[in-house]
Amino acid sequence: MVERIHELVPRGELFMSPDVNAAREFFRRKSRAMTDKRLTVREAVERFIHDGDYLAIGGFGSVRIPTAVLHEIVRTRKRNLGFSGHCATHDFEILAAGEVIDRCDISYVVGLELRGLSPNARRFMESGRVKTVEWSNAGLGWRYKAAAMGVPFLPVRTMLGSDTMRYSSAKLIEDPFTGQKLLAVPALFPDVGVIHVHSADIYGNAQIEGVSIVDLDLARASRRLILTTERIVETEVFRRDPWRTSIPYWLVDAVCVVPYGSYPGEMPFEYTSDERHLAEWVEAERDPVTFAAFLDKYIYGTKDFDEYLAQIGGEERLMELRRLEPLKRSQEEP
Amino acid sequence: MVGHNHRYTLMELMVCTAAHQLEDNKTAVIGTGPPLAAAMLAQKTTAPNLIILFEAGAAAPIMEKLPISVSGSATQTRALMHGSMDDIMEACQRGMVDYTFLGGAQIDMYGNLNATMIGDDYEHPKVRLPGSGGSNDLASLCWRTLITMRHEKRRFVPRVDFITTPGYLDGPGAREAAGLPPDTGPYKVISTLALLSFDPVSKRMRVDSLHPGVTKEDVIANTGFELLFPDPLPQTPEPSDVELRILREEVDPQGLIIGKAGEA
Repeated sequence: MVERIHELVPRGELFMSPDVNAAREFFRRKSRAMTDKRLTVREAVERFIHDGDYLAIGGFGSVRIPTAVLHEIVRTRKRNLGFSGHCATHDFEILAAGEVIDRCDISYVVGLELRGLSPNARRFMESGRVKTVEWSNAGLGWRYKAAAMGVPFLPVRTMLGSDTMRYSSAKLIEDPFTGQKLLAVPALFPDVGVIHVHSADIYGNAQIEGVSIVDLDLARASRRLILTTERIVETEVFRRDPWRTSIPYWLVDAVCVVPYGSYPGEMPFEYTSDERHLAEWVEAERDPVTFAAFLDKYIYGTKDFDEYLAQIGGEERLMELRRLEPLKRSQEEP
Repeated sequence: MVGHNHRYTLMELMVCTAAHQLEDNKTAVIGTGPPLAAAMLAQKTTAPNLIILFEAGAAAPIMEKLPISVSGSATQTRALMHGSMDDIMEACQRGMVDYTFLGGAQIDMYGNLNATMIGDDYEHPKVRLPGSGGSNDLASLCWRTLITMRHEKRRFVPRVDFITTPGYLDGPGAREAAGLPPDTGPYKVISTLALLSFDPVSKRMRVDSLHPGVTKEDVIANTGFELLFPDPLPQTPEPSDVELRILREEVDPQGLIIGKAGEA
């Protein structure tokens, strides 16, 4: 068991400053121009993700993840990234495969929900090469919310008394009204956030369908924001149903059109996950030599995400996954 | 261990036992796997108005198939709301969620759970596990926490290597002293050998009933700490034929959960 400190004082490293005035200065200078932000994934990663940056990914591990950007980060061999490991499964599996991170705020990594554990991500995290700090899903999610609100922390009632708290970089505080013990979770402003959405216009207005997880806060907390989208739609789509806008364009730096962008994960209302291919990942990871060849085939040896999709069975396989998706839009009901 | 007359499997017994713990017209944040099968069975038997919530944001879905991910489309079919994680977690913090179901690699006599690492050095874990996920939040903030575990000595340990998720920490009053909401904490443990709960005064784990065919000695031999036992020691009720039919035909016709041998 880990060493128990009698004083329940969190001692994890704070990777990102929760300085809200510094964040305000950054956001003050962020362009509000309504310009065509379409870029290829390669261009967006080159322009907005740099070695050493702190990265956050939307979706939930194998659901609505920006796979094309994750592959490009690995393909271009980014180094020393920080990562917010919030509900991370296949997304973390990809980043661990490329060994691109050296520090990680963790609420959930290495695991693949009911699919088990990623053997390679485990090896990577047990190697001692990644500095880690612990959180819970709500604790880490509320860090985005604090940042989105522009406040330096939020007082919360989770994580208290646990080793998860002790190995976090939160702080114990007292409620000034009642004296109640609370945990202050620090605002997290990622250098770059990447979110996959159902539809966006060329300026970055975006709609997410189905559960939003923490992506509305993540979009607002991120200093730079890359969207990948299943499709481009006219701005009129947003003006017609403005209550359905998840992300307004002035938060967004790049819009990349990536149909099937969450593959091999699922995209609610669009296509289901490719369990066969996800199992292939785990199987290949069991042996490092096999896994190196696997990565050469699917990531390092491919030019882009389209080549990857072609390799896994192309349009035929993708249409099959589309047919298997259980969520249907109401206008599609018989 | 299979039900001694082979009418049901151990997993079926565990799922039915878990379903019995859930009351009607209550809210429950449920993960994937056996707990979800239990919640769906409860909805089709004793708790038709049980409100199932998923931490990623889906509320009150009518599920067509068992989901693999707690955020996937299978958790969202015919839901009343597609919300967000903060929506669900804030409901927990506000006191509106009655039940949750958790698991872990290790548990101790106070119901503390470890899902973070095995070893004695955080920087160099022998085994790195996923971490809290939503587990810490749910156990901190929901009224009643149910736990499913394989009952083995290496899992039922004197002290967990890492308290990912708080049970009663180091005993009576510890949750309140840590600042956790009063009157919360682990409620039941459904293991592969027994149904267990926590003594209201000492907060120590106690056996409520033994699964059919299991002896007190079996439980002692597979537990790394001293358990409390009632006298006499009842047997866990066996699943009814109706429950088994619903479980097999309606909840899990593909055998995704009940086809497994007690892998809680």
